[in-house]
Amino acid sequence: MESKLTDVVSISDFSRKDIEAVLKEAARMEKMPLSEKAKLLEGKVVASLFFEPSTRTRLSFETAIQTLGGRVIGFSNAKVSSTKKGETLSDTITMVAGYADLIVMRHSIEGAARRAAETSSKPVLNGGDGANQHPTQTLLDLYTIQKQFGKIDGLTIGMLGDLKYGRTVHSLLYALSKFKDVKVRLIAPESLKMPNQMVEETKSTIGIKETENVNEFLPELDVLYVTRIQKERFVDEFEYEQIKNVYILGKEILKSTKKGFRVMHPLPRINEIKTDLDSTDAALYFEQAKNGVPVRQALLNMLKDVKK
Amino acid sequence: MNRDDIRLIPIANGTVLDHLPAGSALKILEILDLEKPEEAVTVAINTESKRSGKKDLVFIEGKELSPEETDKIGLIAAGATVNLIENSKVKKKEEIVMPDHADGLIKCMNPKCISTVENLNSKFSISKKPLKAKCFYCEKQMSESEIFNAIR
Repeated sequence: MESKLTDVVSISDFSRKDIEAVLKEAARMEKMPLSEKAKLLEGKVVASLFFEPSTRTRLSFETAIQTLGGRVIGFSNAKVSSTKKGETLSDTITMVAGYADLIVMRHSIEGAARRAAETSSKPVLNGGDGANQHPTQTLLDLYTIQKQFGKIDGLTIGMLGDLKYGRTVHSLLYALSKFKDVKVRLIAPESLKMPNQMVEETKSTIGIKETENVNEFLPELDVLYVTRIQKERFVDEFEYEQIKNVYILGKEILKSTKKGFRVMHPLPRINEIKTDLDSTDAALYFEQAKNGVPVRQALLNMLKDVKK
Repeated sequence: MNRDDIRLIPIANGTVLDHLPAGSALKILEILDLEKPEEAVTVAINTESKRSGKKDLVFIEGKELSPEETDKIGLIAAGATVNLIENSKVKKKEEIVMPDHADGLIKCMNPKCISTVENLNSKFSISKKPLKAKCFYCEKQMSESEIFNAIR
């Protein structure tokens, strides 16, 4: 990496320049012929340690590794790892760093990736650590926006749904605060509002407005980033039942949106985006998921020779 | 501490913590593990202060603070002074400053943080005005009152 980053742990470690370098490299990856790409990780072993299950993140990381010619070792279920036997994370990581050139990991414990990066002699790429960080998701979100609009500066981005617990919107908000003249519209029920700390920390560089009403800001949005209301975050199931259907968007919203408007979603969705929106030009979420591969290819390629 | 105050020092050798925020003295004793001291400890709470209206004071016989203890106190009582007393005289006087880092000084309050789960030595960066501590691992921020309760 051109920057001094030796690991990808948290989006807060990235400057605007770092982010732009990743987006540029991802674009280069998309254009590069397969045969050329397949040599980039030739002879390298990448450990894919999924202590917590994942579909998209793991598959797109492993696709990225394989297409760059690397070999994958690892597990997709902590029950088969020695963590089950009580091994500390640092011991597992030290051992794996002896086998692999790069480590990709997801863990349910917050700060696990930072601990791994601190312990590991090889670069660590965080594929999510509990409710804390998921930096490669944020980078692919930014890449999707950049690719669609040709820029990030000056856009108006709505974030909708569970803004309280959703780590993707938290990281995206911080990342957007590194860009210029971005406006963010936070749309959530009172009980799932963006934590005040995050609004306070970003409002000096982002124009932020908040509402519960999805229609209030629709006409001015370039992007609406929708998130799932996550059942697992609610202690009280009744509260979840009351709130789960508060926003359900179908193609009728397009009557009040401007030209070029796009809908993003980190997926999986439940019912917050109706399938009738899928076939419209506004649906960017499957393209977004697809962009996970070039972005992760870019990161793997940028970190492959890092000396820690 | 002026000459009149020195006459009041109830210790011959040790440490006087002056200009502590009013109401912080008992927490200071807890931080310094002096709730059941072996030597004499005298505490003054809510005494008059020209500088801040009211202040607390702690006099500890036979003790010199370690840098780590001074940093811990700095988290809740920056601006206080530490006076080293020898033969009933002030030998050294320093202002306590707030540390930039609080590694090992406080425990992360997030039960899902790796530092809590694996009982690691904690690492925190400190930001001032308002006081906040950010965990190096889980990135959760703790407020002043949370820090107050989490000093270990």
